[in-house]
Amino acid sequence: MATISDFAVPSIIFGIIFYAMIRGVNVFDAFVKGARGGIGVSIRILPALVALITSVGIFRASGALDLLTYALEPVGNLLSLPREVLPLALLRPVSGSGALVIFKDILAEYGPDSLIGRIASVMEGSTETTFYTIAVYFGATSIKKTRHTMPAAISADLVGFLMSAYAVRLLMGP
Amino acid sequence: MMSGIFCLMILSGVIFGALTGRMPQVSDAAINEASRAVELVISLTGTYCLWGGIMQVAEEAGLTEKLSRLFEPVTSRLFRGLKTGGAAMKAITMNLAANLLGLGNAATPLGINAMKEMEAEERAKGVATDNMALFVVMNTASLQILPTTTAMLRSAAGAAKPLDILPACWLASAVSIAAGILVAKALARLTGHKKRPGRTQR
Repeated sequence: MATISDFAVPSIIFGIIFYAMIRGVNVFDAFVKGARGGIGVSIRILPALVALITSVGIFRASGALDLLTYALEPVGNLLSLPREVLPLALLRPVSGSGALVIFKDILAEYGPDSLIGRIASVMEGSTETTFYTIAVYFGATSIKKTRHTMPAAISADLVGFLMSAYAVRLLMGP
Repeated sequence: MMSGIFCLMILSGVIFGALTGRMPQVSDAAINEASRAVELVISLTGTYCLWGGIMQVAEEAGLTEKLSRLFEPVTSRLFRGLKTGGAAMKAITMNLAANLLGLGNAATPLGINAMKEMEAEERAKGVATDNMALFVVMNTASLQILPTTTAMLRSAAGAAKPLDILPACWLASAVSIAAGILVAKALARLTGHKKRPGRTQR
């Protein structure tokens, strides 16, 4: 596992540079030109990121997440999502780093090979930081109305969470 | 809707913090999280520059073009009305490829590029087009084939086989993405703009 991920990035970089060199591209100039664009990306996404990270930070610090977890427990039960993974499901769409902390806690407390540990792993591995993506992608354009983006993205998340629990029970035994 | 969620998180956070006596933490978060966002972006800038550079090299070597053609049967069905081989379609393809490979930090600049190209090509004026919405929805779902971070943390926590979750991950991702695409397509039709002549979007 470690070897695959260790090889992925260097191989991709090697492959692209090697191919470009053979094709006679002025690799250094092209790289510098492209790298300049990276600075623009950072500047463009910063305002939306400040807004999102601050609001999520305030929300998390207030302990409102615990209350929400408590309130949603019956719903979770109904959908056969264990209570222990609810905080992860709630935080995953808004904060990648926050979700990572909760994910680590779950692994440490219940073990990676427990049902809860596995459901949490599949959740973490099969979903993305939805709100961050929406804020950053639209924040970089001059789009004001995102129309149906949010409802569709949230539907995908909900299905992803439910499927995580279902897929673990289906494919990895109870 | 983003605005509503932003307000809801801040207002409920402050009220709840006051009720539970966690105002010091809330105050800390309000002050410090903003600078954390800046730190995050600065630390990401290097990665963005690296991948921006590599992708420009790929573009000039004609690799982007090749990949774009390879993905065309899929992308042209998902993203209707975009020029084949156009800048938007190419950026979309590269973003999807980076996502599949799990290069999240490479996918972001490509995705932003794709958004800007779509905005220009479809002459979106302040309102997201169907293609833009669908593209963002696909990026909010995980396309990753190898969830490396998750596997690494599992391995660090002492999992017997850190990657034994892969089939379950694929199943969950696939169904979640399919749901996202279906809902996006359905809502696009329901909430769609009237097809006016002269509009590139369909």
